[in-house]
Amino acid sequence: MIAEKNFVPAPGADPSRPASAPGETFVLNLGPQHPAAHGVLRVLMTMDGEWIQRAEPIIGYIHRMHEKMGENRTWAKFLPNTSRIDYLSAMHYTHAFVGAVERAMKIEVPLRAEYARVITSELNRISSHMVWWGALLLDLGGFTPILYAFDDREKILDLLEGLCGARLTYCYYRFGGLYNDVDDAFLQGTRDFVKHMQPRLKMYRDLVTDNIILRQRLTGIGAISAEMCRKYGATGPVIRGSGVAYDVRRAEPYSVYPKLEFKVPTYPECDSMARYLVRMDEMEESLKIIGQALDQIPAGPFMAAKVPRVLKLPPGDTCYAVEAARGRFMIRIVSDGKEMPYRVKLRTPSFSNLSLYEEASQGMILPDALAMMGSLDLVIPDIDR
Amino acid sequence: MTFLTLEPIRILLYLVGICAFVGGNAAYLVLAERKGAGRIQRRPGPNEAGYAGLLQPLADGLKLLAKQIIVPPGTDGLLFRLAPLMVMAPPLMCLATIPFAENLVARNLNIGLLFVFSFGSINVMALMLGGWASRNKYAIISAARVVSQSVAYEIPMLLVVITVLMMTGTMDLNEIIKQQAHGFWNWNILRGIWDFSAGHIGANPLMPVTFLIFFTCMLAETNRAPFDMAEAESELVAGAFTEYGGMGFGVFFMAEYANIVVGCCLATVLFLGGWQSPIGVLSGGLWGLGWFLAKTYALIMTVIWIRWTFPRTQFYRLLNLSWKILIPLSLVTLLLTGVMMKLPLLWRTIFGA
Repeated sequence: MIAEKNFVPAPGADPSRPASAPGETFVLNLGPQHPAAHGVLRVLMTMDGEWIQRAEPIIGYIHRMHEKMGENRTWAKFLPNTSRIDYLSAMHYTHAFVGAVERAMKIEVPLRAEYARVITSELNRISSHMVWWGALLLDLGGFTPILYAFDDREKILDLLEGLCGARLTYCYYRFGGLYNDVDDAFLQGTRDFVKHMQPRLKMYRDLVTDNIILRQRLTGIGAISAEMCRKYGATGPVIRGSGVAYDVRRAEPYSVYPKLEFKVPTYPECDSMARYLVRMDEMEESLKIIGQALDQIPAGPFMAAKVPRVLKLPPGDTCYAVEAARGRFMIRIVSDGKEMPYRVKLRTPSFSNLSLYEEASQGMILPDALAMMGSLDLVIPDIDR
Repeated sequence: MTFLTLEPIRILLYLVGICAFVGGNAAYLVLAERKGAGRIQRRPGPNEAGYAGLLQPLADGLKLLAKQIIVPPGTDGLLFRLAPLMVMAPPLMCLATIPFAENLVARNLNIGLLFVFSFGSINVMALMLGGWASRNKYAIISAARVVSQSVAYEIPMLLVVITVLMMTGTMDLNEIIKQQAHGFWNWNILRGIWDFSAGHIGANPLMPVTFLIFFTCMLAETNRAPFDMAEAESELVAGAFTEYGGMGFGVFFMAEYANIVVGCCLATVLFLGGWQSPIGVLSGGLWGLGWFLAKTYALIMTVIWIRWTFPRTQFYRLLNLSWKILIPLSLVTLLLTGVMMKLPLLWRTIFGA
């Protein structure tokens, strides 16, 4: 499973290059406003010409104290916050929080609600990956794909808006079920979307993935070994691009994922292209999951009966992990029996994925390092939270 | 009419004409680029200012003119202000020798080709000056890139032009066009393969490849995608123009389009028969101008199309493409042309008479 043998150093990284004298390097302050940073990430780079000697990410520009906010409001009042940590995969984050509370309270969620959660989560994963795809291509200097990506994403947003009224920060899941039932219009719309998306993905593969310039810019560049992923706790498509088939949906099964058939795409090449291909394959797997869930979704209630209006969790410590679009998102809640949480700990994937950047980008050329940053799919509010 | 043919009046008219041509092109090619990008990306593009957005360049120009020109403290003020001037002047000079129609040329020099290339090279200096004078790290990286990129791509471009030169035997641009008369099969791009008028094999069977090399080098020289290393906005913010605002930036922007126009005009003259009609008749007067502009704009649209289709290459791959592929290839075509042209002589030497 470990793909050390496939580990390839980037061609830009040249270990035989003599280190420059201290006076010959310069410091490049990339960010917090920079077109490639996708937000307020600041990277302090010590550059030797165009080679990076050291790239130190400096975070905290959009820190909003989500964890502390969790400690001074009720369980239900923290629910909207979960959509705003990683705004591109809001469904997954809400799922983790709702799941943790349900686990602590031992609430049995109706099957229809679980299937609806899977469908909306996977739709959200596709929309998140579409944003990543467009943004990565922007980083590489290709301007056109992002408009096609947003065209597809728009269809998902329309579907989810019809369901819960929100287009980005959904807050659709509730303790014990859903905000409201999935109606026939949504189910039919999702079926149509799956039909629409499959040829689109094929088109993207033909036009973008197989483009020679894109292949050259990503293949063999930005090597991240499985060992490095473990060291920094990188998960999601990053570790799957290093050949490790780690997916929370399979490793710590939750919801109705065990009943659904899907592959965990892995690529052992460890480079930016591997991470790219993992995400492109994941979108296809998500479509398969949605198709199965649409066939299997039963009729019935969408909320568990007898969920108290004011929640008081039994004292204790509960964790719940989900596979968010960027990797393993885990929430840990500690209750002391009061109306408010004692502690809410958020384990966000982007933070771990960024941590390895300093080590991985050493000796790379600036454009390659930025392409690698794009392949990590960072969402800055998810890092700072 | 005699008044119009007086030399000072003629020069004045052509100067005004070329300035208007460059200005109008720069303004409306931006609109064409944005509209073209809109078509490719399935969105309307600018469509608010005027009918179908036709007044958009005017609005952009007014906005840029109205903005304050900021010279950042610590920069070299003189060079910083000089760079936009230096970037705009060379394409204007180059256009003076380009024959737009049989008799429509500002100054028909017998070394027109040399003139165009010598002024074309100044463009690099201007970008380097702008990058250097800005005292911005991104701008300096960009300036360094511009220099190595231009040096790398000027060599294959000149080698390719020498092949054409050997074929035509003249540097007079109008003379080069006149040799490509009577139908598109006589254009240099096809005449190299088979000389129809003489009825034997042409001087350079690799002429279409030569044209592709020229076009690629032209893209690289004008810093267009996928070779836009100087203004790689996702890496270097805005490259050499990072510190320029208002019309300073506007002039750089216009110069980019002016350079594309010059490059495409030159490609039309050298390879696609200039103002010659593709069917052999109707080449004179305004028809010639029409043919010339049609060919040039077809090339310009191709340049725009390429920009919105491809991602940017890496810098080292860009240099490798030039040093390892384009230069050897253009040397091969050069050698081939020499051999092909001297074949009859060789034949006579070996077999006699």
